[in-house]
Amino acid sequence: MLNCHDATRLMSESQERSLSAMERISLKLHVMMCSGCHNFKEQMGAMRLMTRTYAKRKNDQADKE
Amino acid sequence: MSISKRVDEAKTQESSLFTDEVFLEDIRRQMIRFATLQLGDGHLAEDAVQEALIGALKNAASFGGRAALKTWIFAILKNKIADTLRQKQRMVNASSLLREGDEEEELSELFDRKGFWQPDERPVAWGNPEASLREGQFWQVFEACLEGLPPKQARVFMMREFIELDANEICATVELTTSNLHVLLHRARLRLRECIENKWYLEGEKNVELS
Repeated sequence: MLNCHDATRLMSESQERSLSAMERISLKLHVMMCSGCHNFKEQMGAMRLMTRTYAKRKNDQADKE
Repeated sequence: MSISKRVDEAKTQESSLFTDEVFLEDIRRQMIRFATLQLGDGHLAEDAVQEALIGALKNAASFGGRAALKTWIFAILKNKIADTLRQKQRMVNASSLLREGDEEEELSELFDRKGFWQPDERPVAWGNPEASLREGQFWQVFEACLEGLPPKQARVFMMREFIELDANEICATVELTTSNLHVLLHRARLRLRECIENKWYLEGEKNVELS
């Protein structure tokens, strides 16, 4: 059974590598039962969107200057 | 086709990367952003980027394509940044950058001894994050959180999410093992997430209650 530390680690690593079948299943089970990690999962996607939008804004600002 | 002709063509192709103004301007901007974050000083960043680009131009012909060239340019830039930091003596010594000894403490603040969320650290739902992206104030919070990351975490996070290098490219550039990179990115994301939640979503709720 995964704890939250390991679950967040897998969710982070999944942005760099594909998880094994075993990792995917245990992560899925944990996220189903843990509201904190469920929120964390949604936020990984939100943070990537934020960072890319931030980068784009910086570029646009640089264009205006 | 003669070998020398092929070599010539390859050279033309490579040097054309440097005459491609869009490519060059794009990469220069990414470099400035990266260097500014690392050095905390726009002028020093400009200087480091300038030097790195000049260094890159000298050897442009030996590179096999944009991705390789980009990785390599950032490797040069990283060295320039390291030099500048050493000169500024912002670091007590180079190893403090590698150790960042407060890391474990930070994680034990988030998780209990069994590795489960501390009750007051458990992530809350953010509602509609897209709405935040339209608010000017959100970006001030976001930037402050980004700048609050420890230097090494900030560096790899920026390489991954801003410059959009893949894990192998980052490991090669900053001489990290894959597992070290995973640890650094995990911590960066935990820390950034927590900061955004505390400074934006939870503060925001308080503000709503007050108004």
